[in-house]
Amino acid sequence: MRDKYKRIPIPVRYLINALLCAAFLVIVQSFISGGSISRYQSGILVQIGVYIIMAVSLNIATGYLGQLPLGHAGFMSIGGYSCAIFMMRLADKMGVETADLLIPGLIFGGCVTALFGLIIGIPALRLKGDYLAIVTLGFAEIIRVFMLNIDSLLGFKFTGGAGGLTGIPRYSNFLNVFISVILVCFFVHTMMKSRHGRAILAIRDNEIAAEASGVNISYYKTLAFVISAFFAGIGGGLYAGSIGVMDPTKFGFMESIEILVMVVLGGMGSMLGSISAATVITVVNQVLTSLSEYRMVIYALLLIVVMMFRPKGLFGTYDFSLSHVMERLFNRDFPKRKSKGARK
Amino acid sequence: MNGTRLVDFPSHSKIPERDIGVRPILEVNGLGIDFGGLTAVEDFTLTIGRTEIAGLIGPNGAGKTTIFNLLTKVYQPTRGAILLDGKDTANMTTVQVCHAGIARTFQNIRLFQDMSVMDNVLVGMHQSIKGSLASAMLRLPVYWKEEKRARQEALELLSIFHMQDMAGAQAGSLPYGAQRRLEIVRALATHPKILLLDEPAAGMNPSETGELMENIREINRRFGIAIMLIEHDMSLVMGICEGIAVLNYGRIIAKGTPKEIQRNPEVIEAYLGKGRGD
Repeated sequence: MRDKYKRIPIPVRYLINALLCAAFLVIVQSFISGGSISRYQSGILVQIGVYIIMAVSLNIATGYLGQLPLGHAGFMSIGGYSCAIFMMRLADKMGVETADLLIPGLIFGGCVTALFGLIIGIPALRLKGDYLAIVTLGFAEIIRVFMLNIDSLLGFKFTGGAGGLTGIPRYSNFLNVFISVILVCFFVHTMMKSRHGRAILAIRDNEIAAEASGVNISYYKTLAFVISAFFAGIGGGLYAGSIGVMDPTKFGFMESIEILVMVVLGGMGSMLGSISAATVITVVNQVLTSLSEYRMVIYALLLIVVMMFRPKGLFGTYDFSLSHVMERLFNRDFPKRKSKGARK
Repeated sequence: MNGTRLVDFPSHSKIPERDIGVRPILEVNGLGIDFGGLTAVEDFTLTIGRTEIAGLIGPNGAGKTTIFNLLTKVYQPTRGAILLDGKDTANMTTVQVCHAGIARTFQNIRLFQDMSVMDNVLVGMHQSIKGSLASAMLRLPVYWKEEKRARQEALELLSIFHMQDMAGAQAGSLPYGAQRRLEIVRALATHPKILLLDEPAAGMNPSETGELMENIREINRRFGIAIMLIEHDMSLVMGICEGIAVLNYGRIIAKGTPKEIQRNPEVIEAYLGKGRGD
């Protein structure tokens, strides 16, 4: 009825996007095996991938659902520990290479984290704003202290305590991290572009109206939170395999803030924003390693400047669609999709 | 439409003649709510016929919106019973009442501002769209089929108000009148049996109000649903409502056809005050 424009059929859109991803993968992979990208640089690429997954998963709870959880590092830690311990123990028992168990390991890590997301989500999501932030913050601290002290309680080596969980095989590489990033982004995208995703967005925009439209608020809040935790667990699992050591002190308050900064800088509710901000901040982090603690000053300044000039983040809620850009090229008078920065 | 004959119905109510013989859509009996020591609504009893257009009027602060909030379970009533299509809603939540067939709009517009017009309507259709989260994430055929059907239906609903061309626009960027209309479309998208409109003509000019009256009649005819509206614009209320209930200080002071209401001395007193020497 309204389609006077030339449109790209949906299977073609999916094909174009898949081909572009594959091409990117092949090119970078060949650079890595050819030696043009050093081990150090490909390590940074892996880190970028891990933080993209973390930012995109936090964006579900922050950008789409509109809540402010401050315990994302806790989920990352649970995912990392459970994935690494599961893979190492199982590989020992079955006598196979740890890296071969990556897929079940990541799914296991994700599921354990999702379970914790459910446990913390049911009580926490009854609270709003600051209170939710405080509860999730406390939760992440509990996780950190738990990982630190559980060994002496159990009486045998489980998480490695303050010394950290060492000897994790470096199973994360550019190939599997890249595929994970693509899958996570795809699933988050497909979820958000369905009735379930619309329900989550509706809750963010107006809870009372969402309820009056027949959206079960507590169910969808918990669902979004659990899925956010699930993907954070996968990110944590890949992180464990990229560093080789799980150090409980790493997953403190600052780590949660760092991930939140990525989401806020990129624009809450924009996947493109989360991806680009995660990339930039991870690279900046690597460049500024020599500054160690002073990095936080730069973060704070960056955040202040962005919030002053672009309060909705770099991209607002805008999301990039290649097909939409191409359709604009085919049709002269194509309606422009408005960026949503101008809200009263 | 005007001049429908109201006939007696048990429990001191009157409903349009054509709705006799079918179960009334809403039977409210002795409804009341207290906020602390304040009784906001007391002994509210009303029956609404299956296809009736009913009006709820009264001075500011009379408790009209509170009635809507009670019917949709935003507040839990302290006393009384609400039968929706014969079913008791006592233990239902807002969401369950919505699924059972009550849809509403709000006095101060509550749209999903950052979402598109189309998405606003699709949220209304949430319950009627099939497909699990997994089928959506994996883009299974059921997702495509349901999504296509839902979008088609949403466009048809939008076309009642000639808004199908705005489907891609952001809801918060629409002009005021269009936002009010979109709220009605979103409510219709939940497939209600009764539609509660809270001041649908607020802020509209006379020609927009006239158009809205036509739209409300068309919705009533086309979907065969009951409509209950709160409104201060008397031309609209008297023009389309078949039965009117007047509320003052939380109590019904008069019920009847527009003509009866206009002549009722208690109503005149509630609106204009008591004359000297009466």
